[in-house]
Amino acid sequence: MRNTHIRRARSVVVFGTALALFATACGSDSKSSSGGELKAIGKGEGALSIVAWAGYAEDGTTDPKVNWVKPFEDQTGCKVSVKIGNTSDEMYQLMSTGAYDGVSASGDSSVRMIDAGLVSPVNTSLVANYADISSFLKDQVYNSSGGKNYGIPHGWGANYLMYNTDVVKPAPDSWSVVFDKNSPYKGKVTAYDAPIYIADAALYLKTAKPELKISDPYSLTQPQFDAAVALLKDQHSIIGEYWANYSTTQQAFEQGSTVLGTTWQIIANLVSGAKKAPVATVLPKEGSTGWSDTWMVSSKAKHPNCMYMWMNYETSPAVQAQVAEWFGEAPANTKACALITDDTTFCDTFKATDSAFASAIKFWATPRKKCLDGSGDNCVPFSDWIKAWTEIKG
Amino acid sequence: MTAVTNPPAAARAGGFRRRLSRFLDARPRVRLAALLTGPAVWLVVLYVGSLIALFLTSFYQLNEDGTGIIKKLGLTNYHELIDKSVYRTVALRTIKVAVAVTLIDIVLALPIAFFIAKLAKPKARALLITMVLVPLWGSYLVKAFAWRALIGSPGGVIDKTVGASPGYGMPAVVIVLSYLWLPYMIVPIYAGLDRLPDSLLEASNDLGAGFWTTFRSVVVPMLLPAIVAGSVFTFSLSLGDYIAVQLVGGSTQMIGTVVYDNFASNLPFAAAFATVPVLVMVLYLLGIRRTGALENL
Repeated sequence: MRNTHIRRARSVVVFGTALALFATACGSDSKSSSGGELKAIGKGEGALSIVAWAGYAEDGTTDPKVNWVKPFEDQTGCKVSVKIGNTSDEMYQLMSTGAYDGVSASGDSSVRMIDAGLVSPVNTSLVANYADISSFLKDQVYNSSGGKNYGIPHGWGANYLMYNTDVVKPAPDSWSVVFDKNSPYKGKVTAYDAPIYIADAALYLKTAKPELKISDPYSLTQPQFDAAVALLKDQHSIIGEYWANYSTTQQAFEQGSTVLGTTWQIIANLVSGAKKAPVATVLPKEGSTGWSDTWMVSSKAKHPNCMYMWMNYETSPAVQAQVAEWFGEAPANTKACALITDDTTFCDTFKATDSAFASAIKFWATPRKKCLDGSGDNCVPFSDWIKAWTEIKG
Repeated sequence: MTAVTNPPAAARAGGFRRRLSRFLDARPRVRLAALLTGPAVWLVVLYVGSLIALFLTSFYQLNEDGTGIIKKLGLTNYHELIDKSVYRTVALRTIKVAVAVTLIDIVLALPIAFFIAKLAKPKARALLITMVLVPLWGSYLVKAFAWRALIGSPGGVIDKTVGASPGYGMPAVVIVLSYLWLPYMIVPIYAGLDRLPDSLLEASNDLGAGFWTTFRSVVVPMLLPAIVAGSVFTFSLSLGDYIAVQLVGGSTQMIGTVVYDNFASNLPFAAAFATVPVLVMVLYLLGIRRTGALENL
């Protein structure tokens, strides 16, 4: 399975990155940028150091046949070292060291990075492929701020409700099944193990309890937030396990210890492919949360030219096709769809071009005191989300 | 002749070496310093230094928007640890797990170590003790993942073959940690039993004591330091674990997982919570110092 390869490759990648970092630190090619956006892409600096989700920057260490880093290095002369970030928190922490040129940030870390000044505005006119990126991913709250763009969208996916079709009957069409205290599937329900999952509860409450007047699940006032936390504390009693690493929940669905819960399309594909358990995914009627990842440039980037070249390369149709297929997500550049020849229905499966579908998804964003939806200054900041998550798990 | 006026390089080096050894021989303090500087730097800078860094960090706090750390000493984190019941619950749960794992390992290790030390033929002893140690050669992660596949319920290997399995949760954590740390308990107890003269057991037998009386009145008191030494390993390793509980803990959390969840987003708070197991271990070690077990480590 590809994901086990990814996991196994991590330690190798980490070690390699450490070595490469050491090498770059000792090199003399460092040219510090002041933090503003780039005016023009100059000559490559010969090196690039990035933080990425596993599967976003494959250099052949996971699978020798899967390597889109090498062609980039050959084209640009930028030697790439990849540091795998396992969680959004870890990525934030890595970026705060200032040792990396860029990151593939999800919404639950990107806003934090912008606010903390860890990343620079991006001059999108220097990235030719930006023009072909789905418009519903542009100028969003998780990748722009104050009218400035802070990155190039990479790819996206929804958090689906997945269920075992043999066990869960009738087929669910609402998130209510994972929030029902008296669920017949008690002990076999799973939830995503991250503070950002509180938004899933808020999104459900938006329709289930309209009197709370929730409009954006990432902009919650204290009473709205408390209601979501209370719902999740109730949910705790029916949770079999929380998942953070997608291979663990894949295994749990396959063996049957989990039959219901929030997952990603790639997990459904892997479980279906293994043919150990019959599963289906549904986008419930309340809509769903999701992730949309963005390549961002560090404000302390030592190799900004290489980073811009990387962003353009990574969002080119050919590379997008490879990444999307390898990782299992909708490519941001929909020209990639025509190039995925192994599975011509790929972009349909991931609804890559379906803007109506995408608009039903509330993409992850980092909550902060100054409400993301512009409703005021009384929103619960992410630091409180993190603490509440510990309390929810008890 | 040139050889006399200009001695070969080797002889000069030999002369230096001799002079150095004479120098060191006359100055025991310099000798000691040369011997201990390396290890002392290791101990003080890397070991004690990181503990001090941990302790200091635990008094810092996050700024208001959570984007940076204010390096001003204060008790905010500790107030929160005490105020919110969830952290007490998690700390207590972790200590309970560590106690349970330690007790289970004592119960399992005693007969195994007794068999190896007293009943097995001398030739078999080396083989048996090697077999006890072999699991330590495998990666911790591999073993924890293997237990995940074994213990899941329904659908895990144990559930499929035996028909019942605890599934993911606290019992699974205790079982997996007991398995993982068992060798650390067997080895000190085996060493303790090895030092226990057979003649004492025979004397007890001659005086009419049965197996259990001998075990209770002779073996256990003499073994106590060894058992306590083993318990230091099992207890502290369980206290700090965060991987087994992630893999087989289901929906529960322990000190280690809370620290892991917080370290990237709120380092000072994570540091504050991480001092809890340090404190527990200090108390534990102070408590057992009297038993003389520390000499057995």
